[in-house]
Amino acid sequence: MKYLDEYRDPLLARRLLDELREVATAPWTIMEVCGGQTHTIVRQGIDELLPAGIRMIHGPGCPVCVTPLAMVDKAVAIAARPQVTFTSYGDMLRVPGSTGDLLGVKARGGDVRVVYSPLDAVRIAEAHPDRQVVFFAVGFETTAPANAMAVLHAAALELANFSVLVSHVLVPPAMTAILDAPDNEVRGFLAAGHVCAVMGYTEYEPIAARYRVPIVVTGFEPLDLIEGILMTVRQLESGRAEVENQYARAVRRTGNTAARDAIQQVFTVTDRTWRGIGEIPASGLALAPRYAAYDAERRFAVDHVGTGEHPACIAGDILRGTKLPVDCAAYGTACTPRTPLGAPMVSAEGTCAAFFSAGRRPSTVGSP
Amino acid sequence: MCLGIPGRIVEVTAPADRPDLRTGVVDFDGIRRPVCLVYTPEARVGDYVIVHVGFAISRVDEDEAARTLAVIRAIPDALATELGPLGPEGARA
Repeated sequence: MKYLDEYRDPLLARRLLDELREVATAPWTIMEVCGGQTHTIVRQGIDELLPAGIRMIHGPGCPVCVTPLAMVDKAVAIAARPQVTFTSYGDMLRVPGSTGDLLGVKARGGDVRVVYSPLDAVRIAEAHPDRQVVFFAVGFETTAPANAMAVLHAAALELANFSVLVSHVLVPPAMTAILDAPDNEVRGFLAAGHVCAVMGYTEYEPIAARYRVPIVVTGFEPLDLIEGILMTVRQLESGRAEVENQYARAVRRTGNTAARDAIQQVFTVTDRTWRGIGEIPASGLALAPRYAAYDAERRFAVDHVGTGEHPACIAGDILRGTKLPVDCAAYGTACTPRTPLGAPMVSAEGTCAAFFSAGRRPSTVGSP
Repeated sequence: MCLGIPGRIVEVTAPADRPDLRTGVVDFDGIRRPVCLVYTPEARVGDYVIVHVGFAISRVDEDEAARTLAVIRAIPDALATELGPLGPEGARA
C-alpha cells in the first residue's frame, strides 16, 4: 500500500480499511460533493485503496466549476465597463466564459481586482465613491454568510456605488437532482463538512429518508474520508439510510445559526443553472427583493451573448460523475491547469485539477 | 474559495464605523489576515477558528486546526488563493 505511510496515523488508516473490507459484501457507489474531499481522495489514492466494488464518484463539489457560463459572461461584460471596478475571489479570474475570462478584461485595461473577503470589496466602494464597485458573489453555502454580510454592511453604510452579481448554489438540491437522474448509481453520500458547519445537516434528513440513501457528514482529512466511507458502507450493508456526523469536531446538527440567519435575511432561494449540469429547481440563492438595489444584474442590464463551451470539454460528464477526467481526450494534453479548456481544470477544487496535480495519467487508469 | 482555512485568533477589535461588526486578526501559520468574527461571537483571542473568505464560521481545537491545515497545504496554491491579497485595495489581478 504505497500511500498509507503518508497518513497522519498509518495504523489507524490500515485498521479502518481492514474494517471496511470486512463490512463490505456488495458493490456500492458513493459520491462526495466537496472539492476539498475530492482532492484528498485523489491525492492520497483513497479510491485505489478501497475494497473492490466500493467506488467513489466525484460530484459537483467545486463552486468555480458549476458557476453558469452565462453568469461568467455577465461578469466579463460588466467588468469591461469603464466606470466599473470588478472584484472577485481569485479563483474565478481564469474561468473561461464564452468569449474570454476576467483576466482578459484586466489585460485589456479593465479594473478587475482580487479580494480575499467580500468586505474588502465594500471597503473599495467606500474609498472610491466615483467608481461602481461590483462583487462577484459566487460559491456554495460556505461563502454565502460572508457574501450576505457584505450586502448588509453596504446597506448599513448606505453605499450607492456597491452591488453584487449573485450566483450562489446550494448542495442538497444538487444531491436530489443526481438521485432523480434515471441512470443514477449513487447509493450513499459524503456530505461536505464545511458546508454543514454553516448549514447544519437537518436539510439532509428528508433526503436520506425519501431516497433511502445514507448521508454521512465528513471532514476532509484522509482519515476522515476513510471513516466517512466506512460509516456509509456500514449503513448500506445493514439497510439503514440515516444522516450521521463523522465530523462532530466542527459540525453541529443546527450549524451556525447566526450565519444561517444572515443568509436567510439577504438571499432568497431560486432556480439555478449549474454549469455542465443544467437547471436544478430551487438550487441557488439570489438577492431577496428588499436588497434588489444591490443587484448588479439590475444595475447593469447585460444581454446574454454566449456562444457556449469549448467543444472538447466534457465538464458536464465530470460534474455529474459519469466520466473521469482521465476519460477526456483533452485531459493533460490540450487541457492543463495552465491552459484550462473547462472550469474543473481551473480551480484547485475541480476534479480535473485534482487528478492532474496527483499525476493521474490519461486513459487506462481509474476508468470504470 | 470554498475551502475553510484554520487559524488562531490573535486580536479582537470592533471597527470604529461599525462597532457591531466584530472583527479580529487571525494567524494562519504565520500569515495574518483580518477576519470578521460576527458569526463566532463566542470566539476569544487564542481560539482556533475555521475561516471562509474572511469570516470565521466554526471554532475547533488546536489539533483539528493542524490537521485541516495539513490538508490545505497539500492542495496546490490553495492557501495562497484562499488567503488572497492583503488590504482593502485588492490585488491588481
